Amino acid sequence: MERELRLMKGNEAVAEAAIRAGVDGYFGYPITPQSEILEYLMEANPYERTGMVVLQAESEVAAINMVYGGAGCGKKVMTSSSSPGISLKQEGISYIAGAELPCLIVNVARGGPGLGTIQPAQADYFQSVKGGGHGDYHLIVLAPASVQEMADFVELGFELAFKYRNPALILSDGAIGQMMEKVYLNPQKPRSSESPDWATTGKGSREDRNIITSLDLDPDGQEQFNHKLIEKYAEIEKNEVRYEEFHCDDAEYLLVAYGTSARVCQKSVQIAREHGIKLGLLRPVTLFPFPKKRIAEISSRVKGILSVEMSSGQMVEDVQLAVNGRVPVMHFGRMGGIVTTPDEVVEQVKILFLGGK
Amino acid sequence: MTEEIIIAGFGGQGVLSMGKIMAYSAMMQDMEVSWMPAYGPEMRGGTANVTVIISSERISSPIVKHFDTAIILNQQSLDKFEHAVKPGGVLIYDGNGITRHPERKDISIYRIDAAEEAGRTNMSKVFNMMVMGGFIKVRPLIKLENVLRGLKKSLPERYHSLIPLNEKALIRGEELIKEVHIV
Repeated sequence: MERELRLMKGNEAVAEAAIRAGVDGYFGYPITPQSEILEYLMEANPYERTGMVVLQAESEVAAINMVYGGAGCGKKVMTSSSSPGISLKQEGISYIAGAELPCLIVNVARGGPGLGTIQPAQADYFQSVKGGGHGDYHLIVLAPASVQEMADFVELGFELAFKYRNPALILSDGAIGQMMEKVYLNPQKPRSSESPDWATTGKGSREDRNIITSLDLDPDGQEQFNHKLIEKYAEIEKNEVRYEEFHCDDAEYLLVAYGTSARVCQKSVQIAREHGIKLGLLRPVTLFPFPKKRIAEISSRVKGILSVEMSSGQMVEDVQLAVNGRVPVMHFGRMGGIVTTPDEVVEQVKILFLGGK
Repeated sequence: MTEEIIIAGFGGQGVLSMGKIMAYSAMMQDMEVSWMPAYGPEMRGGTANVTVIISSERISSPIVKHFDTAIILNQQSLDKFEHAVKPGGVLIYDGNGITRHPERKDISIYRIDAAEEAGRTNMSKVFNMMVMGGFIKVRPLIKLENVLRGLKKSLPERYHSLIPLNEKALIRGEELIKEVHIV
């Protein structure tokens, strides 16, 4: 079947894509700038369309624990929020990672810390890729840079989450959530009637009960489990790195940026090249696993790298680790909900690498 | 071809929906589009604006600082965006409530007194389409027939009976727009 063309906000695209992907349940709580996800789902009548449950929980903490329950039953379940709400969900996310359950979490990020601002920011990078909650764990983190990817990554997120029994996170921001673009939507998929063999769906004909827990009071057992997680993350790093390159082949200087910043930087590359500066852009699509190998390769043939994020400098640390001192790695970013402009980025490249010219 | 447009005015003037219809119309012509609103406190504070980009190529940054065309519907927005028009670009403004008129000499300026006309002819509901009519007259990037197709796409079906009124407003806007200064 052909894909349907629509003009949609990023938030609406997530919601419609979730229904079409055959998601079983969404549990959320409103917060700007992602409230359209819940609003759209409520209005689109998913229960009539596929039997999908959409519930406004009493709080973010309740919502993530509903996700925990649904995921434990082997269902395709998801939640969404924006930065402060995602912080509230972190305990539940850690438990879900510790119980090795698949689910999808969407963060349409805003500026912080604290209540911060409702305008777009990328200040939740550390929280997203380094764990976020307590304990040794990682999420699979996807960073959409368009409304199309907001839709596509719902399906991809669930695919990876189920493949590795690990929560996946879409790290977006207020700009991509609120803007409208063309989006091609997949045809409706039916909800699955089968559950994975680990799901707690009743003992039935099984010899033993399936138990979902993140608790092991025996240190040896817990350490063994930690090793198992490490192996899983290594497998994810081996198989699932995704990135996009833009004019990297002949680049003398490289920008690294994801999401909204990557869109801005694409224009910066065009402007710089009009002025004879050979600038390229590497856009990480997965933030965990991070495209560190590719960045290391490119770093051997460029003179300088600028990490551009709407934060005080978070991803830049991962770029520095990848580059390992071979060339200078700098950071540039606006904060507080201000989106960097393409010209500002070019200006920074000139100041930092070209002596201001 | 890439046209970067800002539409700015008071909340309630139909700024965001004009942008949405513009984006839909361009989509009907198989172009790439992006629609990026200022959301949140800016809207509640009384002003609304949206950046619409129409392009024959994949759109890079949906957020820009300088515009090919600015469509300005109040004084605050005129003060804020007159200097954001690229040299050689176009500024369209509604004269209603304007005390300090645009002064730049390096851009083309058009005036459309759509608010007054819409009030006079009982068409306030479709004021924004009158302005849109002016826009497609001076920047013929989108065809009138595609605006009508865009309207059909973006309006809920219960409002489809209003499409003839919107068409009337679009045509009136085309007649109404006046040159102030051309580069």
